[in-house]
Amino acid sequence: MSILTSSDRVAGAASVGRTKRLRPSYWPFIVPALIVVVGVIVFPWVFTLWMSAMEWRIGEEQRFVGLQNYIRLATDLRFLEAMGHTLVYTALSVAAPLVLGTAAALAFNTKLPARGLLRGIFVMPMMATPVAIALVWTMMFHPQLGVLNYLLSQVGIGPLQWVYHPSTVILSLVLVETWQWTPLVMLIVLGGLASLPTEPYESAQIDGANAWQRFRYLTLPMIGPFLMVAVIIRSIDALKSFDILYTITQGGPGTASETINLYLYSVAFTYYDIGYGSAIAVVFFVLIILLSLILLHLRQRSAWNSGDGK
Amino acid sequence: MSRPLRTLLDKIGMAVCVLLLVSPALLFFVWMLSLSLKFEIDNGAYPPILIPERFAWKNYTTIFEGNSFLLYFWNSVIVTGAATLFALVVGVPAGYGIARMRAHKSAVVIMIARMTPGLSFLIPLFLLFQWMGLLGTLWPQIIIHLVVTVPIVIWIMIGYFETTPMELEEAAMVDGATRWQIFAKVALPIAKPGIVVAFILSVIFSWNNFVFGIVLASRETRTLPVAVYNMLSFEQVSWGPLAAAALVVTLPVLILTVAAQRQIVAGLTAGAVKGG
Repeated sequence: MSILTSSDRVAGAASVGRTKRLRPSYWPFIVPALIVVVGVIVFPWVFTLWMSAMEWRIGEEQRFVGLQNYIRLATDLRFLEAMGHTLVYTALSVAAPLVLGTAAALAFNTKLPARGLLRGIFVMPMMATPVAIALVWTMMFHPQLGVLNYLLSQVGIGPLQWVYHPSTVILSLVLVETWQWTPLVMLIVLGGLASLPTEPYESAQIDGANAWQRFRYLTLPMIGPFLMVAVIIRSIDALKSFDILYTITQGGPGTASETINLYLYSVAFTYYDIGYGSAIAVVFFVLIILLSLILLHLRQRSAWNSGDGK
Repeated sequence: MSRPLRTLLDKIGMAVCVLLLVSPALLFFVWMLSLSLKFEIDNGAYPPILIPERFAWKNYTTIFEGNSFLLYFWNSVIVTGAATLFALVVGVPAGYGIARMRAHKSAVVIMIARMTPGLSFLIPLFLLFQWMGLLGTLWPQIIIHLVVTVPIVIWIMIGYFETTPMELEEAAMVDGATRWQIFAKVALPIAKPGIVVAFILSVIFSWNNFVFGIVLASRETRTLPVAVYNMLSFEQVSWGPLAAAALVVTLPVLILTVAAQRQIVAGLTAGAVKGG
């Protein structure tokens, strides 16, 4: 990065190219934010890494144990179980909103009356306070008094135990997550649809392609990169999901819906086992980064057309 | 089938589709409102009642009596307000600097920050706040909410300043204005819509944050999401007041969402950000 002195810049203002001219040191603009980012973001990363190599419980003497926490993690059945829950929960919480969100985007991409208002209502679930909506979902899941079992009984299904039974708890939570985050996928795909060229559709019309063919062979390949962006963002958020899970089940019944994030919370802030909790945090973080890198790599391979996302 | 009829049918079909798509959100919030306005006996009724004969307005008055709800509301306002204002003060210039230096690589830090689970910031900062003796005040929460608000503001402002025209700035530079003058007098006024987007999203994600509060808040420093969660766990659970409290907590956000949906959509699709 070229940093010119201020006299250089003034003297060269008229002649030097625009990139060079506007590049000079903007450091003073960035430094305050840099201090904040180092303090609340970078410092915690480094400190967590360090703590993960310690035997560290609140109120006790700390000592260095090297990789011992990580070895303990590899044989911790509760952690491995939580990892399984996390992967299932994430896979479903990516797939369902992806399909529904794409369908919603196709519907919203038409000339609708009151489109703005409808879109505003549609995005409400993702903006609403998670704890507040989780409380209402808890009431709706109630096996005897909940409205969901009543609705199911009207079509002859149920009653289900929803979040109160190990076999249905993860699916029930995925339902909430899908309800909450389908709008985000919709917004991303809608952005993609808005950028599509119209010519291919005109020629397809002339060739007599039907709506499904136009979607399958024109729209879908062209919005591919946007779908990849949606998958990446959705995967990260589903992996990190906390508020909904913690409020509705706290990982229960038993540990049937305990994800890595919830287990991390228990270890660090219920048992105050800071060192071990930090090791979980590090592994969890590495997992998220790895997944993102894999998805980014896939995205690069799929981004072969002009309708590229970001 | 004749052509006008066909387009009419298409339109009706589309309208039905969209109604189907909007109804999960709409019905949920209608049901939330219904729960919050019913007496216990109506909330326990089977089959469920949507519109009761008598409205339980007292659900709303009870949450403001005896629950220190006003205090918690005020805590939320202070934490969200301070974290957002501070993020704007440091984040808007930073977004400008990064955009003008074309230092896009530095935005990777912001991306990774967004990927990091909130809990992994919480462990080290919790220890730091304990060591500094700040626990029990609002400071830990204000500071840790910067983890949410600062990346949002920087991310959106980088994107925004990259799209603003440079001609005016170049002209001002030729006229001998300093960088700060150009920023304050030229760039900032043009960037107002971007700042509004950053402000709205920062407020919403900070307001909604729960995980930082459950660890860092003491009895007097709870924010609203933590307070409403505690109503669930520590008191005799009655649905009416609980739903009313949940609605009060999220109502400011819902109003903001519908009122500023255009800005929110623009901001979310630009950075696809989410806090926490």
